[in-house]
Amino acid sequence: MSASTENYVNYVNMDAYLGLNRFEVDEGNPHIELVDDIDILEFEKLMRVCPAALYRLDENSSPSFDYAGCLECGTCRIACGDTIIKKWKNPEPIMGIQYRYG
Amino acid sequence: MSDFQVIVVGSGCAGSVAAYELAKAGKSVLVIERGASAGAKNMTGGRIYVHSLREVFQDMVEHAPLERRITHERISMLTNDAAFTMDFSSRSMLEAGQDSYSVLRGNLDVWLADQAEQAGAEYIYGIAVESLVKQDGKVCGVRAGEDEITADVVILADGVNSLLTEQAVGFARPSPSHMAVGIKQVIELPGSEISSRMLCAEGDGAAWLFAGDATKGLPGGGFIYTNRDSVSLGLVATISAMRDGKETICGLLESFKAHPAVAPLIAGGKVVEHSGHMVPEGGYRMMPELIGNGVMLAGECAMMCVNLGYMVRGMDYAVAAGMHAGRCAAKAIDAENTDKAGLESYVQALENSFVLKDLRQFQLFPEFMESNHRIYNEYPELIRDAMQAMFIVDGTPMPRLKNSMLPLLRKVGLMALLKDARKGMKAL
Ligand SMILES: Cc1cc2nc3c(=O)[nH]c(=O)nc-3n(C[C@H](O)[C@H](O)[C@H](O)COP(=O)(O)OP(=O)(O)OC[C@H]3O[C@@H](n4cnc5c(N)ncnc54)[C@H](O)[C@@H]3O)c2cc1C
Ligand code: SF4
Repeated sequence: MSASTENYVNYVNMDAYLGLNRFEVDEGNPHIELVDDIDILEFEKLMRVCPAALYRLDENSSPSFDYAGCLECGTCRIACGDTIIKKWKNPEPIMGIQYRYG
Repeated sequence: MSDFQVIVVGSGCAGSVAAYELAKAGKSVLVIERGASAGAKNMTGGRIYVHSLREVFQDMVEHAPLERRITHERISMLTNDAAFTMDFSSRSMLEAGQDSYSVLRGNLDVWLADQAEQAGAEYIYGIAVESLVKQDGKVCGVRAGEDEITADVVILADGVNSLLTEQAVGFARPSPSHMAVGIKQVIELPGSEISSRMLCAEGDGAAWLFAGDATKGLPGGGFIYTNRDSVSLGLVATISAMRDGKETICGLLESFKAHPAVAPLIAGGKVVEHSGHMVPEGGYRMMPELIGNGVMLAGECAMMCVNLGYMVRGMDYAVAAGMHAGRCAAKAIDAENTDKAGLESYVQALENSFVLKDLRQFQLFPEFMESNHRIYNEYPELIRDAMQAMFIVDGTPMPRLKNSMLPLLRKVGLMALLKDARKGMKAL
């Protein structure tokens, strides 16, 4: 986790939480795409606001984003729609999150 | 000839009620919902004030899948080491028309969609409308993939993250300072345990909001709503402040759950779902136009939501807006005028109802809350210090209360306190 983000996210816990949700993952067909040349400061913003913590740094401290697990809230689109979010659309039919409680 | 008289996009609180009204009025109506079932994409706090559901469904509301009747309103001011809580309950809260209930959208939305279907509305699930079809500047249908379906009127009820309002009425993506991110977990606990922990009678529940340390001083707050066999626990935080701050929303949720005032409430509970959703909080001033040629906006796609810190409301507005949209669309169809002028009665109906009256009433509040860092920082600390001065006994002689309180108030600044009180009153 980068120095500018103080509140550490426990990704192991996060993944366990996301594992409780019901998802249909549309393999190979992301509904959210980032620009190729990612501004790391913008990316860190998404690390802070995404309620599924899907914006992460990998072991080389490079930005990594996995759309599987997305809660389809749209927060990243509002936060960085002008900068590094290139595409945000609804998942294909029947794909994505399926809340049972909501 | 259009395929349907009306297409409703989205089957949340606003959409299914609009469809129900139209079907009841004998109109052919198609609801297109992107979730595989109603509610599959939706999340709320939440508590619904049922007055507007009652206006639509009358006694049938008794059959709606509501969780617990809210008999306790609680507000806590948190610092990282202390909590000050107010608890309010009254008989008035329980009277028909003034009562409110905790809800889970998975159940509520299915029930609402059932009412619309039983009244004669047709439904397609699992398909997201991608764009609107327009002819000569008038919306005349919707498009999904290769398919086009036409209608005399399209009602957008597609919620806070609408991708269609721009095309419908030129409403661009809202700014991050006008939107909050919501994060929530449903945590299962035995019903009897919930009643005793929340000090509620069986079947009754609490709506509990938390300010201050819940968001580590960022604009926003925490919430707990008691369901029958679970609690809904989460946070709401303004996106711009969160984005430019130092905390992560997921980290905040964990520390909120671990707060000494919160942890015992959920101890031993089992998280069964983790969800995220946005909340519009810019109020009246950020609302788009509510009608266009052949198109109407109802609910949160039109930003109909009020977040006052001690109260979040969107569902009863969405239900009322859906009701008016459905009724006015039916009238416009009968009058054979579904262009913008023909749909004007919808705006009038909302103007005359609590929906726009409330939104206008509180239009200064969002700015007040967002710009006032003291509410989330200094005030919880002030209250903690004042309570400590009152309640902590260590055997040393106690100073007069006046002498221990005044320096505390001076720390925040008496002028600042007065100013905030004045501004706050004005905004409310
Ligand atoms: C954390 C949180 C706490 C809240 N707490 C409360 C509370 O306690 N009380 C309260 O009254 N309100 C609360 N609200 C607000 C309330 O949830 C909303 O105001 C309300 O759900 C809005 O209803 P709606 O019908 O406008 O939209 P939604 O209920 O969001 O419904 C929109 C529907 O449209 C569908 N849809 C979207 N796009 C498309 C498309 N392109 N094609 C087809 N279908 C589409 C969606 O799947 C969804 O079913 C809260 C919100 C949040 C996020
Ligand atoms: S839509 Fe919400 S959950 Fe999905 S990636 Fe964006 S911020 Fe995260």
